[in-house]
Amino acid sequence: MSLSVQQKAPSHRLLTTDHRSIGINYLLLSLVAVTIGTILSIFMRIHIVSPMLKLPIWGVVPPEGYLALVTMHGTLMVFFVLTTAPVNGFASLVLPSQIGAERMAFPLLNAISFWLTTISLAVLLTAFFVPGGAPISGWTNYPPLSAIPAAGPGQATGMDLWLLSIGIFCLASILGAVNQLVTIISKRCPGMTLMRMPLTVWSWLVTAILILFAFSILLAAVVLLLSDRHFATSFFIPPGEVINGFAVDPHANGSPMLWLHLFWFFGHPEVYIAILPAMGLTSSLLANFTRKPVFGYRFMVVTTLLIGFFGLLVWGHHMFVSGMNPYAGTAFALTTMAIAIPSSGKVLGWMAMLWRGRDSRVHPLPTPMLFTLGFLSFFITGGLTGPILAQPVLDAYLHNTYFVVAHFHLIMAMAGVFSLFAAVYYWFPLITGRLMNERLGKWHFWLSLLGAYGTFFPMHFAGLAGMPRHYAQLGGSTSTLTSLMPLQTGISHSAFLLAATQLLFLVNLAWSARRGQPSGDNPWRATTAEWTPVTKGCIARYGPYEYRHSINSADFFQQCAERPEQE
Amino acid sequence: MTDHVWWMPPNGALHGAAIDRLMWWNLVALATLFVLAHIFLFIALIRRKSTGHDLSPMRWEYLPLIALTVLYAWMAVSAQKLWATIRYQGAAPHALQVEVTGQQFQWYFRYPGPDHTFGRTRPELVSAPAGNPLGLDPADPHSADDIVSSVLTLPAGHEADLGIRSIDVIHGFFIPGMRVKQNAVPGMEMHIHFTPATPGDYPILCSQICGLGHARMQAHLNVVSNSEFEAWIAAKGRKK
Repeated sequence: MSLSVQQKAPSHRLLTTDHRSIGINYLLLSLVAVTIGTILSIFMRIHIVSPMLKLPIWGVVPPEGYLALVTMHGTLMVFFVLTTAPVNGFASLVLPSQIGAERMAFPLLNAISFWLTTISLAVLLTAFFVPGGAPISGWTNYPPLSAIPAAGPGQATGMDLWLLSIGIFCLASILGAVNQLVTIISKRCPGMTLMRMPLTVWSWLVTAILILFAFSILLAAVVLLLSDRHFATSFFIPPGEVINGFAVDPHANGSPMLWLHLFWFFGHPEVYIAILPAMGLTSSLLANFTRKPVFGYRFMVVTTLLIGFFGLLVWGHHMFVSGMNPYAGTAFALTTMAIAIPSSGKVLGWMAMLWRGRDSRVHPLPTPMLFTLGFLSFFITGGLTGPILAQPVLDAYLHNTYFVVAHFHLIMAMAGVFSLFAAVYYWFPLITGRLMNERLGKWHFWLSLLGAYGTFFPMHFAGLAGMPRHYAQLGGSTSTLTSLMPLQTGISHSAFLLAATQLLFLVNLAWSARRGQPSGDNPWRATTAEWTPVTKGCIARYGPYEYRHSINSADFFQQCAERPEQE
Repeated sequence: MTDHVWWMPPNGALHGAAIDRLMWWNLVALATLFVLAHIFLFIALIRRKSTGHDLSPMRWEYLPLIALTVLYAWMAVSAQKLWATIRYQGAAPHALQVEVTGQQFQWYFRYPGPDHTFGRTRPELVSAPAGNPLGLDPADPHSADDIVSSVLTLPAGHEADLGIRSIDVIHGFFIPGMRVKQNAVPGMEMHIHFTPATPGDYPILCSQICGLGHARMQAHLNVVSNSEFEAWIAAKGRKK
C-alpha cells in the first residue's frame, strides 16, 4: 500500500482523485510557492541594505516595489505554504491511512479543492504582471488603502487580483476542511476510537473546525471589500475620505475597523491552523524517535482543543493600538495570556519526552528528529516573546516593529517550516519508497538553524530600537534608523545563508527520489497506520503510540492490522 | 534596573519609566526561560541514559505549568494596572490640545490658537498645494487663529492631549522616545495623552503601512521649556 503511488503512471497523477497523489500535488504547489516567496524575501533583504542595486529580472526596486514584495511574500508564505502544505498536503497524503480509511470521504471534492488552490495561486502571481503591479498594502490589506484604487500603485488591478485569489483560496480551504472533518468523523476503521487517533489527526480535526470559522469570515470580508471597490457600497470607507487631495465619492458610515476585526478574526486562528499540525507531528515524531509513548496523550489532546478554542478568542491582540476601546484591549490581553498556558503545557510535555531519553538502538539523531528539535527550539524562542506582545502597554511600543517580525517569523514561519521539513524527511519514503540522504539532511538542518537564528533573532533588537516594519529604506528625516544599518546588513547576510541552504534541500529531494536508499515498508519502525501495508479493510487494535515494549522482542505494535475475514 | 533597556531609545515621557521597568523585567524573565529551556534541550540530547517510561506528570507537567501560569498572571496583572493608569482615563481638562492629522505621507499638527477652539474642517476643502492641507473652513470664525505646523512642539512637564486622525488611509502615530503609539484611522478621532518630561528632539514615525511613501512619513517632536513654547506659538501665530 505504501508503495502504491509509485505504481501509478505519472501521467495520470495530475487529474487524479487519489488522496496520496493529491497530497503530493499540494506539496509540489507549496514547493513552488515557497521558492517564489523566498526569492521575494531575498529581494527585500537586498533592497533594505542597498536600495540602488539592480536586481535580476526586477531591476532597481522602487519603494512601492518593496511593499509589493512584502505583500506577495507574506501572502504566498501564509496561505500557500504554511496553510496548504501542513493542512492540505500532508493531510491528503496520510490522514486517511492514519485512521485506517482507504480514501477521503469525498475524493472528487479533494481534487476540486486542489485545483481551486492552484487557480488561486495562478491568479495571485498574475498580479505581478498587470499595470501598477502587485498590491502594496501588506498581506493584511487594511482599507481604505486597499479599498480605493487611487491610494497607491498596485491598488487597482493588482489588489482586485489579490482579493479574487484569496476568495478562491477561502473556498478551496472550506471545501477541504469539510472533507477532512467528514473523513475523520465517519471514515475511521473499526477500533479507531477518538482516543486512539494519532495526535496529528486530532490536530487536523481542530484545524478543520478552525478553518470553517476563519476562512468563511475571510471570504465574507473579501466579498465586502470587492463590493466597496466596485459596487459603491461603504462597508469599510468612512465619510469624508480624501485620497491624493481628491475627495472620494461620498460614502456613508463605513469603518476600516470592521475590516480589522473581520480580518483578524480570520488572521489569528490562521496562525493555529498553520501550527497545530506541526504540534501533532512533533508529538508523534518524538514518540517514534525516543521509542516511548507520547507523554500525557490525553493532556496533549486537551491542550490541542484548548488552543483551538482560545485561538478563536484572541484576535483583538493585533489591534491594541488600532483605535479599539482600551477596555477591549484588556479583555483580549487576558485571553491571549490564557492561550499561553496550553501552549506552554505542550512544550513541557515534549521536554519530558526528551528527558526520558532515547533508545540506543535507534540511529542517534536522524534528520526528521533534528528538524523536530529545531521546531521545538523556535517554538520556545518565538513563543516566549508572546507574553510581552500580549500586553497592550508593552505592545503599544512594540506593535508593528521588527520585534513583531521576529516573533512571528520564529514561531510561525521557522517553527512551521522546520516542522514541514521534519514531515518531508519523515514521510518521503511513503512518496518515493526511498529515504532522503542523511548527510545532506544534517547539513541542511544545521545551516538552516544557524541562518534562521542569525536572521530573525537580531530583529528583536531592531524592534526594541523602535524600527517599524514595512520600511523600504532606513533613511528619512529622522536619524535614528540609519544607525541600525550594521544590524540590518548582518540580518541580510544571514538571510542569504538561510536561503542558499535550501538548495541543499532541493538537491536532496531530486537526488533521493531517484537514488535514495530503498526504505522498505516501515523504515522508522513506526506504529501509526500510514506505514501498515494492508490491502483491504483494517482494524485498529492498539493506541497510536505503543512503543513501550522495548524489553520484549517486538519493540512496538503497529496500530492497525489487516481486518480478519468475517468472524 | 538600568535607565536604558536593551536597544531602546532614551525615554523622555513621564509615564515611560514605568513602561521601561515593566519591559525590563519581562525581557529578563523571558530571556532567562529561553536560556534555561535551551540548556535543558542540550542536556537532554547529550544524555545517553534513559530514565524509563514513568515520569511523574505532576512533577513534569502540572507543577511547572502552574509555575508558568503564576508568572503569566503576574505579568498580566502588572501590565494591566499600568495600561489602566495610562489609557482608561482621558486627559486632564487643562491639558494642551493638539490635533494630529496623518495623510499620505505627512503629519500635520494643529493648535487651536488663543480662542482654545479648533475651527471646522471640510474634506472637500483639503488642498495641500493651496496651503490648506487639513481643509480648514474659512467661514468658521474659530479657524482663523488655528496654527498648523509640520513639527510637533510641546512644553516639557505639561500634559498634552493629542487628537489623532487621518484623512485618507490608516497611519500609525509612533513616538518611540515617548513610548506612545496610536493608529490614525480615517473617520475616527482617537485621543492619547502623555506628559513629555525631558526637552529634546524625538523622531515621529509612521508605524502602519500606508502606501509607497510609508518609510519617509517621519516628523519631529520638539520638547521645549515652557517659555520657549510660548515664544514658538506666538511666533507661529504672528506669521499667519
